[in-house]
Amino acid sequence: MESSEVNMSRDSSQLDESARGSSSPDVALERVLSLLKSHRDRSSVSLVCKDWYNAERWSRTHVFIGNCYSVSPEIVARRFPKIRSVTLKGKPRFSDFNLVPQNWGADIHPWLVVFAAKYPFLEELRLKRMTISDESLEFLAVSFPNFKALSLLSCDGFSTDGLAIIATHCKNLTELDIQENGIDDKGGSWLSCFPESFTSLEALNFANLTSDINFDALERLVGRCKSMRVLKVNRSISLEQLQRLLVNALQLAELGTGSFSQELTFRQYEELESTLSSSKNIHTLSGLWEAKGLHLPALYPVCTHLTFLNLSYAPLQSGELAELLAHCPQLRRLWVLDTVEDEGLEAVGSSCPLLEELRVFPADPFDEDIIHGVTEAGFVAVSYGCPRLHSVLYFCRQMTNAAVATIVQNCPDFTHFRLCIMDPGQPDYLTNEPMDEAFGAVVKTCTKLQRLSVSGLLTDLTFEYIGRYAKNLETLSVAFAGSSDWGMQCVLTGCPKLRKLEIRDCPFGNAALLSGLDKYESMRSLWMSACNVTMDGCRQLAREMPRLNVEVMKEDGMMVFKQIKYMFIVLLQAQGGMRHHLCLLSEMLAVKSYAGDDIPFCRHRVGLMFIQQSNSVKA
Amino acid sequence: MQGGVVIRVGSGGGSESGSMSTVSREDNMVVSSEDSSYPDESELELGLGLSLGGGFKIQQVSRGGQYARILTAKDFPSVVSADASSSPSPSSSSSSSSSSLSRANVTAGTKRSADSVAAANGSSQVVGWPPIRAYRMNSMVNQAKAVATEGFKSTMENHKNETSMLEKRTIGSYQNSGNSKLRKSLFVKVNMDGIPIGRKVDLNAHESYEKLAKTLEDMFLKNTTSVNPVGSRVREHEVARPSKLLDGSSDFVLTYEDKEGDWMLVGDVPWEMFVSSVKRLRIMRTSEATGLAPRLQERNQRQRSKPI
Repeated sequence: MESSEVNMSRDSSQLDESARGSSSPDVALERVLSLLKSHRDRSSVSLVCKDWYNAERWSRTHVFIGNCYSVSPEIVARRFPKIRSVTLKGKPRFSDFNLVPQNWGADIHPWLVVFAAKYPFLEELRLKRMTISDESLEFLAVSFPNFKALSLLSCDGFSTDGLAIIATHCKNLTELDIQENGIDDKGGSWLSCFPESFTSLEALNFANLTSDINFDALERLVGRCKSMRVLKVNRSISLEQLQRLLVNALQLAELGTGSFSQELTFRQYEELESTLSSSKNIHTLSGLWEAKGLHLPALYPVCTHLTFLNLSYAPLQSGELAELLAHCPQLRRLWVLDTVEDEGLEAVGSSCPLLEELRVFPADPFDEDIIHGVTEAGFVAVSYGCPRLHSVLYFCRQMTNAAVATIVQNCPDFTHFRLCIMDPGQPDYLTNEPMDEAFGAVVKTCTKLQRLSVSGLLTDLTFEYIGRYAKNLETLSVAFAGSSDWGMQCVLTGCPKLRKLEIRDCPFGNAALLSGLDKYESMRSLWMSACNVTMDGCRQLAREMPRLNVEVMKEDGMMVFKQIKYMFIVLLQAQGGMRHHLCLLSEMLAVKSYAGDDIPFCRHRVGLMFIQQSNSVKA
Repeated sequence: MQGGVVIRVGSGGGSESGSMSTVSREDNMVVSSEDSSYPDESELELGLGLSLGGGFKIQQVSRGGQYARILTAKDFPSVVSADASSSPSPSSSSSSSSSSLSRANVTAGTKRSADSVAAANGSSQVVGWPPIRAYRMNSMVNQAKAVATEGFKSTMENHKNETSMLEKRTIGSYQNSGNSKLRKSLFVKVNMDGIPIGRKVDLNAHESYEKLAKTLEDMFLKNTTSVNPVGSRVREHEVARPSKLLDGSSDFVLTYEDKEGDWMLVGDVPWEMFVSSVKRLRIMRTSEATGLAPRLQERNQRQRSKPI
């Protein structure tokens, strides 16, 4: 996706440094640097010296901004003149769980306006947790003639009207990926907006839209887009329709089926099976809504070369899963619902020795009457059979310290360990002890651990362990845990690579918050909600860290059944400042150029209400 | 979530802000501090945008009044539309802000429907927990309704292949005829007014109302000031202490929702009948149990004459 060409012609008036010197070292350096893809490598490179900084900025074609408020689009455009592809992330992750107020921000539009002026040849836009309106989509469609790829994940603010505009105007579109968004689905007519002359689509994902689309239009679209390798349809597409699509798209590499529960005649079933047999390139399979055991055997031919199987919307029973997995020896990634239960997970352990990633989602998270789902036994079974397992997201209702210790002993290479014991603050169900030792085992054994989500009854000891052992930890999610400020302090002082810390409903207060002063500048964000932090603590933090963007969200919590009030503190990484804002605010905002994670920062976020407030208090 | 400004503050130690309620951790629960006063509140007019002006209006939350009100899905649309007027978009873009606002409100409905669905199902009392994306939550709810009706059929279908599976599922949700002898455990959710996090209790582990009430009192009404890391969830009961929850002597009364959706006082029907019809429990403030009040008096009279 990223272009590795180096564009030699450039406007010399854009050069703001005098480091151009003789052109040959720059050219050679730029050619070399253009091969660098990782944005972290590029950041490191840019810090070497001015020459390298310039060579890097001229050769970069893709920019990744992990926090849209950490920098302004103007600054991005000034530093990187040749960007063709942008990835932006906006809201804090807890907005996925309705913890962030509506209209918080993360609007893409100001970015688009700048991009339209500075990057008219922009090709790709990938957004996560941003707000994008239909008007913005229209602006996008008409401002960028070369636009190729649009990916929206967990975004909101738009409707299918916006998709229609994209389909109508983006003549060179190769990718349209609409995932799990808060989209206003007004109907499926948007799909019919792709012109008959349009043939460039390579990836189409509308799996999470609910409305029916015009199947004929889709069939023709798929038929004429010969380069299509990703097709993920929505539930409205039946099995019979799926077969008709596949027959003309045997080159597909990633398939998301529609509803998998249609009553098929024998002949229809045979046709489906035969078509699937011919789809020799499919390595990723998803969808499978309402999958019935009856039809799953049709998938067996596809399973042989499958590396990623997403069954997280298919409530399979353990036997059905076992039979299916028996045909999936190459599986690397598996997402399932906990309807498969521990027996299903045993089958995972026995059939998928190459498994690297497992996610088990709860089918009925609010199950009141009967406890089903998976237990510690299932997880342990997988760990015995899948030694290469390194990424897990596991929702369960019971767990033991011993089980987790066994799991990490079997699979010491965990990089992502997210365990969600669904009842908040639940202890080891066999010993009634806290789950401290479980997570202690995880951080002690898994030295490569980058991401950790903890749950269950946890005291400060868990966080002592984390601080002491989790030296590669970058992301930590904590809920309903800890005993005192000490816990959070351990993490803040102990984890050198910590970038994102999200905390909710924990007894961490001002002392804990203020213990991280040395840490916050190197982090992307801190989230605290429903903790013991007070306004005074926030004020003090803002006073001590003037370059930090401290935001307090106050809310009238009208929650289910209870009046619960939340105080959110979101710390967004910010250095430097926009000059014109400085005048309005106080001298507390110092400007400093700082090549931190990606690019120089500036405080773009207007929500500096908190700092504003402390002006009056400051005197 | 609405605009509106309320702080929940913990005890921390900061006392200069006036009276703050103590947030004590009782075992695994977090007690919210609705009853404290917030002197800061009226002074903090938090503006969201330098250029946009405006800000959240501070809404005083009525103290103690709303806890027991049972919210239905009907309550939520009004919350969402209230959003539109009170919360201007904080972003600095002008042209799209109003339209994004209207869009956002539509999606607000979509996103919040996870909560309202959860409310309607009488499920989790904790916002955003378990941490599952709203999209997936909505998706599963829609599917669950479809699956439940299919449940019996699929049970029969799989019987041919998986006899052991069928065995398991007889104990499962589709065969929930209320025969408690089949069930190993029967967990129901218990919530107490004023406490955000609910607990679960196994009804089949108790043989009588008295035992159940004592367990609940231990869970919810005991005063522990520190987190006991080795504490058990069901502690040993004191000997022969009459239950405060059942005899009306405490500020709280034990109620339950039956399978027909009606809220009843616990203790009226024989234990087995209760177990077979209970969906979930709620420890309600006596002052809120207005609809049940007449029966409360009758109950008290009956209770006193019942042998314990």
